[in-house]
Amino acid sequence: MTEKLVVIGAGMASGRMLEHLFDANPDAYDVTLFNAEPRGNYNRLMLSPVLSGDKTYDEIVTHGDDWYAANGVTCRFGERVLRIDRERKVVVGEKGEVAYDKLVFGTGSNPFIIPLPGHDLDGVIPYRDLEDTEAMMQLGDKPGAKAVVIGGGLLGLEAAAGMAARGVDVTVVHIMGHLMERQLDEAAGYLLRKSLTDKGITVLCQANSKEIVGKNGRVKALMLDDGTELPCDLLVMAVGIRPNIALAQDTGLATGKGIHVDDQMVTSDPSIFALGECVEHNGAIFGLVAPLYDQAKVLAKTLMGEPATFVNKEVSTKLKVTGCDLFSAGDFAEAANREDIVFRDPARGVYKRLVLEGNRIVGAVMYGDTGDGAWFYNHIKDGTDVAEMRDTLIFGPAFQGGATADPLAAVAALPDDAEICGCNGVCKGTIVQAIEGGAGDLAAVRATTKASNSCGTCTGLVEQVLAATLGDDFQMPTAQPICGCSDHTHEDVRRLIKSQELKSQPAVWQELGWKTVNGCHVCRPAVNFYLLADWPLDYMDDPQSRFVNERNHANIQKDGTYSVMPRMWGGMTDANELRAIADAADKYGAVVKVTGGQRIDLLGVKKEDLPAIWRDLNAAGMVSGHAYSKGLRTVKTCVGSEWCRFGTQDSTGLGIKLEKLLWGSWTPHKVKLGVSGCPRNCAEATCKDVGVVCVDSGYQISVAGAAGMEVKETEALVAVKTEDEVLEWVTAFIQLYRERAKYLDRPYRWVAKVGLDWVKDTLADAGTRADLVERFEISQSVYRTDPWAAEVAKSERYAPLANLMLEAAE
Amino acid sequence: MNWIDIGHIDDIPERGARLVKTHAGCVAVFRTASDEVFAASDRCPHKGGPLSEGIVHGNKVTCPLHNWVFSLETGEAQGADEGVIATYPIRVDGGRLFLDITELAARSAA
Repeated sequence: MTEKLVVIGAGMASGRMLEHLFDANPDAYDVTLFNAEPRGNYNRLMLSPVLSGDKTYDEIVTHGDDWYAANGVTCRFGERVLRIDRERKVVVGEKGEVAYDKLVFGTGSNPFIIPLPGHDLDGVIPYRDLEDTEAMMQLGDKPGAKAVVIGGGLLGLEAAAGMAARGVDVTVVHIMGHLMERQLDEAAGYLLRKSLTDKGITVLCQANSKEIVGKNGRVKALMLDDGTELPCDLLVMAVGIRPNIALAQDTGLATGKGIHVDDQMVTSDPSIFALGECVEHNGAIFGLVAPLYDQAKVLAKTLMGEPATFVNKEVSTKLKVTGCDLFSAGDFAEAANREDIVFRDPARGVYKRLVLEGNRIVGAVMYGDTGDGAWFYNHIKDGTDVAEMRDTLIFGPAFQGGATADPLAAVAALPDDAEICGCNGVCKGTIVQAIEGGAGDLAAVRATTKASNSCGTCTGLVEQVLAATLGDDFQMPTAQPICGCSDHTHEDVRRLIKSQELKSQPAVWQELGWKTVNGCHVCRPAVNFYLLADWPLDYMDDPQSRFVNERNHANIQKDGTYSVMPRMWGGMTDANELRAIADAADKYGAVVKVTGGQRIDLLGVKKEDLPAIWRDLNAAGMVSGHAYSKGLRTVKTCVGSEWCRFGTQDSTGLGIKLEKLLWGSWTPHKVKLGVSGCPRNCAEATCKDVGVVCVDSGYQISVAGAAGMEVKETEALVAVKTEDEVLEWVTAFIQLYRERAKYLDRPYRWVAKVGLDWVKDTLADAGTRADLVERFEISQSVYRTDPWAAEVAKSERYAPLANLMLEAAE
Repeated sequence: MNWIDIGHIDDIPERGARLVKTHAGCVAVFRTASDEVFAASDRCPHKGGPLSEGIVHGNKVTCPLHNWVFSLETGEAQGADEGVIATYPIRVDGGRLFLDITELAARSAA
């Protein structure tokens, strides 16, 4: 005979229990389901995405009407249970009685409302159900709306972030010293607070609420005990939950903090069961979903008459608060017998802390990068002896095993939505899908996803995804790594710096598994360039990662002296500049040489004289010519239409404009430009990195020439009509080169690798050009400046640290 | 030992070097990323490049002229190159740098 099962509360725990029950035997019970909310089981954890507008309610419904119908569940939604008659075994609802053989309490929890004066005003709500969520969503429609959230725990912060995303001015009031103090330590709490503040949310910690002020029965402000008044249209209290046990108490069941249950989820009445946030098991109450799902499994078995035991396991918390990844597990309080291992990467906002007792991990807190959380959690649970790997423990599983660290780890660790191919916008997940769908080699991946099908610089990464996905089935072609410090190629390092948002050298060393402490003379200048090119505002150029010439802003000569070359815009100079150069040559004993780039070189200057000669040249209005840099060198011009009887355009003026636009920028290798006023090409523009030849109808821009170890004529990029277009195209080309090329590849080498057609196609799109120009300008906001003037201020660095030759002879 | 105060550790950039002029030639004083300090001859035995202008990585320096790499601990050239630079005792005391000039003085006397 089918027994009657009545379930009170259509929450996530009871919903999961019913699923297990119906899976085991759909006909075992005739089920009636009461729910005070006028709806069935939905994923309460997803209310935050509904609030922030990322999801709709329909998307978070777990059990819809058809599910209940298909499983023959009688739904009594929106109906409260008034009492339970255990004698007669009936549940009395607002609309009538239902008899039961077995009864399940899934009454969940009630939000705790602090009994502050004014807590019963309109507009004071908890954050618990869809109604609360809707109240917060409606606030977003009101211009200039203000909200206060009391409680800096997970729920409160989700509420705050959701409302802020809807344009509400939100203040979070938290009584403790830092946010989420139960899950996070102070440092992680700080990072979280910073990220919320960046989102425009005001966070007040150690703030005590005193009174809720109302007007006409509606909330108007929150008053703190220090007298601060926080005006608000809505006040959300998210300070915790209490098991909802009122009905169980009325029914006469044994209760404490929650409804007492044994290991089989049976209450003090053998016909009545309970699970979820309303229960108390061995003194513990529950708020996270994982143990509730364990309870659901156990209760389903109990109801089927099968043996099962609920064990409350050590819980780790992996949370996503407002887009910030958080992880905490175990115990992370400080104690005398405990030691910490801490890793911080301020540039990326990553914080990791392991708490060790002896040789065992007892706690872990991670912020910003929680990928290794599960691994640490396992070690906490298992009590693993970590003495052997202690030195590299904090870097997680990818870094264990010393020198044989898996070169695929960085790629394997990338999330599915990490972009691998920038040209075609292909993410890792798409490539993995294609591989799993049968694309077994690079060509097949290219054909199915278009990844690595354009400029090709991500080829190495695509191959690594292939290797990581296929394992031994994939034979990795051997690519040249950047140097002995790393297994990654230049192209991979560039791509990973972008996709993993690595913004500091330590981040690169750590995240990409560098084998040396801080690189070497080969990789460090390259990484320094990649970081400053990709993150101009976040990363600061590191002089100690530059070759001597770039660090000392002059060219070292074989005798240890330097050559100094001021900039001559477009090759133009005047009597004043020449006089200052002549004076400097006299004063510092320099030899004077006219260069091929239309400027004047002062050779033989001593290092300690550099700041002084720069100061003198600065005083005459001259700046560094960057003759030492992997950056813009010169723009060589002819006299053009200004003087020349053949000149078609003002090539000198255009050259000066280009030089003023581009100077100071760092590039993968040196960049030289030429602008000729007519096809006679007196400025030799067609063997430069970028050459402009003026014609009657406008300007012919060509790129990728060379006149060094190799000699190569430029190739036509585009013909344009106006100077402004020249400036736009040239800037876009150079920025593309800055973003894509391998360090120490001149443009002609880079273009040969990616193909001129790809460069043309990319730059043909006006939107792409505009974006490149914009990114170049952002970078130039930092770098379009005279390094000489800055170095003069640090002149002591150019003198010896000490001169012991001045010591009196003994 | 004849320790001479030559300056403060913060006068040297991290992963960088400064020069000390002595009668026995220029001495480069290096500071590593982990704030270890080393003193060695500034002159590369290959073509005389100024090692104080090299890139400091780990406890090594690369000559700026032709990329010879020297251990700052032993003074020995790394890899395939053969050569050695003189190293000198140096210690840090309360941030001050003290260079032992016994050997440097002996050299100048020789």
